Amino acid sequence: MAEAMNDPQARFLAQLAQGRFMLQRDPVSDCAVFPPRLRAPGHGGTLTDFLPVSGRGTIYSVTVQPKKKPEPARIIVLVDLEEGARMLSHMPNADPESVAVGDKVIARIVTEGETPMVVFDPGP
Amino acid sequence: MSWQDAFPRGRTAVVGAATCGLGACPGVSSLEMAAEAGYRALDDAGLSIADVDGLFVALPDDYLGGLAMAEYFGIRPAIVDNNRPGGSAFLCHAIHAALALDAGLIDVALITYGSNQRSGAGKLVAALTASPYEAPHGARMPVGGYALAAARHMHEFGTTREQLAHVALAAREWAKLNPEAFRRESATLDEFLSARIVSSPLSVSDCCLVTDGAAAVVMTRMDKARSCRAPVPLLGGAATVTHKEIAAMPDLTTTGAAISGPQAMACAGISPDDVDLVALYDAFTINTILFLEDLGFCPKGEGGRFVASGAIAPGGALPVNTNGGGLSCNHPGMYGLFTMVEAARQLRGEAGDRQVPGAEIAISHGNGGILSSQATLVFGTEATL
Repeated sequence: MAEAMNDPQARFLAQLAQGRFMLQRDPVSDCAVFPPRLRAPGHGGTLTDFLPVSGRGTIYSVTVQPKKKPEPARIIVLVDLEEGARMLSHMPNADPESVAVGDKVIARIVTEGETPMVVFDPGP
Repeated sequence: MSWQDAFPRGRTAVVGAATCGLGACPGVSSLEMAAEAGYRALDDAGLSIADVDGLFVALPDDYLGGLAMAEYFGIRPAIVDNNRPGGSAFLCHAIHAALALDAGLIDVALITYGSNQRSGAGKLVAALTASPYEAPHGARMPVGGYALAAARHMHEFGTTREQLAHVALAAREWAKLNPEAFRRESATLDEFLSARIVSSPLSVSDCCLVTDGAAAVVMTRMDKARSCRAPVPLLGGAATVTHKEIAAMPDLTTTGAAISGPQAMACAGISPDDVDLVALYDAFTINTILFLEDLGFCPKGEGGRFVASGAIAPGGALPVNTNGGGLSCNHPGMYGLFTMVEAARQLRGEAGDRQVPGAEIAISHGNGGILSSQATLVFGTEATL
């Protein structure tokens, strides 16, 4: 017999592939949860269904990783989303010299290879 | 009952400690290196592999390393612990061993580790499942995670790259006193500061070595330990896990050492002022700053200024990583066990030119993952019982 189990990871990626950045919320803290999970981290309560997020966030920390030329340096960031979740990402279009902790950023969905992902650009 | 009341303070001890194959050890498997370190630690304790009924092991390349190790030794241990929360594994093993020894379930615990990563792979070996959410971003890890922590620490507390370099400099100064250390040549602060950036703000000189190496420690109950030549009582121990991936770390400037450290010291009935030396897992220079703060040796945010004052270097008020640490002595991938070996050597008064005079209390602190797992042990001399 087979059991059809809810797969939050697959649903998150499928939504991204359709151009929608969506996350579950923990009703107890009212915060978005990342990465997606079966139940709320910490207390195991039920999460909301996937809801859209604004894509607006703030850089919590940043590191620049030089690459062999001509490949540009990789700007790796931790972003605190307006809705409360923190995620690791990178900023493909930013200037490594000018990205700083506390900067406002905005999400964009890109697909390199098979898996879609959320990257960030400098925010308005 | 609280953890500190339940912990068997001073009722178990390290009775043997050894290293082997530090630096480069070509042509030998990780398993064989761990075996040789184990035999040497047992020789040091005056015990035999046939006495071992608790086997604690984490190999870099074998998910079932505990089984492979038991087979290699030709023993049938009652407890095999293959727990592997990263490089802090062996300090967690010591806590588990202490509980099992004190309960009378086992009599002799052998904790052993070996890695031929330098000769075998030439780089850090990590048998890890990559995060499907993080891998596509192409970040070099684990250095990227530690760099993010360093950048945040700089942002919040004004910590500087020069202060980070002081950690590397102190480690090198200690390594110059240790014949086992891999990097013993003199270096200046300017040389460290001008090294190539790997992941800003961290440069090559902020990163630990990639070497081969093996270590082992033997533990028994204190009653049995008194017949061994130089027992080092375990006074306290505690550990915690706060996350796996760096994005899930609650606060990048405060590690789980802020929990494990005070708890381990409470077990031992000591405060940071009582500590004569610290052996901690310095995978990157920021680790030393974070752990010294979190273990209570300086206030949060003051770690950079503390290390730049010379406090942790030879001649300073708080000797840290007297063997040269992961930065200058050796780093085979899971360094934690070497902090225990160095603590034991210092408390036995067998640390040669780097000996801390009159050392009575030593902290051994392990880190695993990306600041994810933290484990703290407090060792003493028999006088501290």
